Amino acid sequence: MSATTPEHATSAEVQTVVAARRLKDARSVFIGVGRPSTAAILARMVHNPKLVLVYESGTIGAKPYHVPLSIGDGELAETADAIVSVPEMFNYWIGPGRIQVAFLGAAQIDRHANLNSTVIGDYDHPKTRLPGAGGAPEIATGCKEVVVIAPHSIRTFVKRLDFVTTTGNRTTHVITDLGVLEPRDGELTLTQVHPGVTAEQVAEATGWELAMADELRVTDPPTDEELSALRELAAR
Amino acid sequence: MAEHASLSDAVAELVRDGDSVALEGFTHLIPFAAGHEVMRQGRRELELIRMTPDILYDQMIGVGVARKLVFSYAGNPGVGSLHRVRDAVEHGWPRPIEIEEHSHAGMANRYAAGAARLPFAVMRGYTGTDLVAHTRVRPIACPFTGEQLVAVPALAPDVAIVHAQEADRDGNVQLWGIPGVQKEAVLAADRSLVTVERVVERLELRPGGVVIPSWVIDYVAEAPGGSSPSYSLGVTERDNDFYRFWDKLSRDREAFTEWMEANVLGVGASA
Repeated sequence: MSATTPEHATSAEVQTVVAARRLKDARSVFIGVGRPSTAAILARMVHNPKLVLVYESGTIGAKPYHVPLSIGDGELAETADAIVSVPEMFNYWIGPGRIQVAFLGAAQIDRHANLNSTVIGDYDHPKTRLPGAGGAPEIATGCKEVVVIAPHSIRTFVKRLDFVTTTGNRTTHVITDLGVLEPRDGELTLTQVHPGVTAEQVAEATGWELAMADELRVTDPPTDEELSALRELAAR
Repeated sequence: MAEHASLSDAVAELVRDGDSVALEGFTHLIPFAAGHEVMRQGRRELELIRMTPDILYDQMIGVGVARKLVFSYAGNPGVGSLHRVRDAVEHGWPRPIEIEEHSHAGMANRYAAGAARLPFAVMRGYTGTDLVAHTRVRPIACPFTGEQLVAVPALAPDVAIVHAQEADRDGNVQLWGIPGVQKEAVLAADRSLVTVERVVERLELRPGGVVIPSWVIDYVAEAPGGSSPSYSLGVTERDNDFYRFWDKLSRDREAFTEWMEANVLGVGASA
């Protein structure tokens, strides 16, 4: 890796760069909007130009130049290898496991990587009504490997979900702005911290007693290439 | 055969109080002009069906036309919440609303079963989630292998309304770009309206184009710009700034109500 300037990378940038690295060897990735989309486009720019981006709007092999605002932006349709209907997307592509990796987000995650994107509080008398399931339940059981991308705080990393929208059985990594968690014997375990972050900090931002790997890795700081590509992308 | 009509005549003819109505379009080709006309005509007690309610249903629910919402993702795509939908669900404003929610895969399969005139669709999904306890999904065993699957009930809306780029003089419709579940919605519904950007002499078939023949559509109405602030690929562009603007405006009941009166309810039909 080239000379690095980690102190200049924000925690959000580190999170995005680490997510992009997960796609180095992937054939295809299913993505929603926001940071997952930025990470996948970055992966195509610096690691894996042949990576197939799939959005639930039905665009397969989209090659966006800009980070799209919605999963159905015109640029995704104009650059896709194929555009399919929603029934086809779920029944022919996601369900049978044709998409290798999925990037998911959530409002809440528990120690088994189950996700809540439905409601905070009681279902019938919600404190906060969230958007709902979208494609997540079947994406999380259809794709081979699920990577969750979430902000690390006790609001998000909770002991008990208010609602199980999506199950965590296939989750291989949870990438946050503080580090990386991986399941060990069915429980999310901190395996990696980003530069300058301590294990104690991560534990404090987690709503359950967080298991720690014996040997905690430290994230390789973003390289100049990664960081300049990410900033160029964000500025487009 | 589809009849060409003005948007206001077509909506008046097709949409009745109490109907279940699906205005579809997955981010792309959302039939805003038609939804606005439904509101202007003062329809009430509707069961609104849409995979992604989007700003259109935020508006319709905010002015109180719906008694029930059937959906799978009620967010402002890439921006955040639908504040009017949330206010209705969380606080019953301007009226309480019943909700029935599914996953995208569930809704897509429900439309496909409706289009096929089957009573239900079979799929893998929902297992292990709390959705099972809160929505209409049932376990079912494969009669050949015994595999445990789930069944979701077919959707058969009273009315489907979709938007497309083009129709010809005979009322045959073609749309292209992201096709969503529009064909399924039209075929699943009892009655249907397609609004179009333009009427042409002859449809030129496009790669990936979806053609809906005139004889499965009731009305075609010309509505240029009728999917804005969503878009019609190749004709109009998605107004992402409006989606961001809506996030701010729609947080406040009074600002919302004033904006709707000035921009939707108090203005004439566009076609």
